Amino acid sequence: MSRQSNRTTDNKKMNSELFTLTYGALVTQLCKDYENDEEVNKQLDKMGYNIGVRLIEDFLARSSVGRCHDFRETADVIAKVAFKMYLGITPSVTNWSPAGDEFSLILESNPLVDFVELPDNHNTLIYSNLLCGVLRGALEMVQMAVDVRFVQDTLRGDNVTEIRMKFIKRIEENLPAGDE
Amino acid sequence: MAADDILFEFLHMEMVSHIYTEQATREDLEKERVTCVSVLEGMGFRVGQGLIERFTKDCPTFKDDLDVMKFLCKDFWNGIFRKQIDNLRTNHQGTYVLQDNKFALLTQVSCRKQQLEESSKYLAYTCGLIRGALSNLGLESVVTAEVSLMPSCKFQVVIQKP
Repeated sequence: MSRQSNRTTDNKKMNSELFTLTYGALVTQLCKDYENDEEVNKQLDKMGYNIGVRLIEDFLARSSVGRCHDFRETADVIAKVAFKMYLGITPSVTNWSPAGDEFSLILESNPLVDFVELPDNHNTLIYSNLLCGVLRGALEMVQMAVDVRFVQDTLRGDNVTEIRMKFIKRIEENLPAGDE
Repeated sequence: MAADDILFEFLHMEMVSHIYTEQATREDLEKERVTCVSVLEGMGFRVGQGLIERFTKDCPTFKDDLDVMKFLCKDFWNGIFRKQIDNLRTNHQGTYVLQDNKFALLTQVSCRKQQLEESSKYLAYTCGLIRGALSNLGLESVVTAEVSLMPSCKFQVVIQKP
């Protein structure tokens, strides 16, 4: 009997499952490699950063978005273009600080945690911390220093997943002396 | 290439580089190479098991080993790497050679001579994926890979008879 079914629709899903499961295997491995959750969180952030600094190039090429004029615009691009493109979700942008330098991304669903349950002995593990690193790394490459952290996580029983982003400063490009 | 493929490729690279730096600080060099490959392979194995389980849940049963291998080369490969295996060969005695002429996880790696020798680290995870997938379909196997010319590579699957 030949095996013909609705594969084309499956492929998309399969590919994202490969990513989700691979990420899970990686976090599991890190938990074996390091003694405590803080170290794992740090390592995830670092790996995310390495991904972010390379991913931004791909993002700019793919999306052809132009320069953002303020942090609000940046927030919109991250939520509506970047998240949509790479993770297939569109987080909402809320909780702006009065100064407009800080906001939250609310993720209704998080593809990274699709098949995940945290065991009791890992209550300080920030499972999706890779995302923080990615955002930090990518924004650094477009001259923005930001602070990114998880404040709520559905994995730890919160209703939503919330990533808080704070603008720190614009990174001035330091051209070597005499280099115009 | 779709956007989420890139994300997987970058993640895979970070994973490989983490495993190698982590192990390097612990063990002596000769042992290290072996452990890194087996750690990556083990991670792939578990993920391969999970993927195939979800992927075959509405499939009719396979009629023989070759049928399983064909499924792996077409549907499974297409599902995870968005292309099929370019060439499948077998000696009909349990050995299969799967050739991918443009293997996704090698396309970002440069093709200097030294890289060729190191390429095994970019293949270990995928060997695990194959072995895990086969294992959940009831076939125990040994999977190895080799690169002769970037970015093409061959996976050799030897089915272990019970």
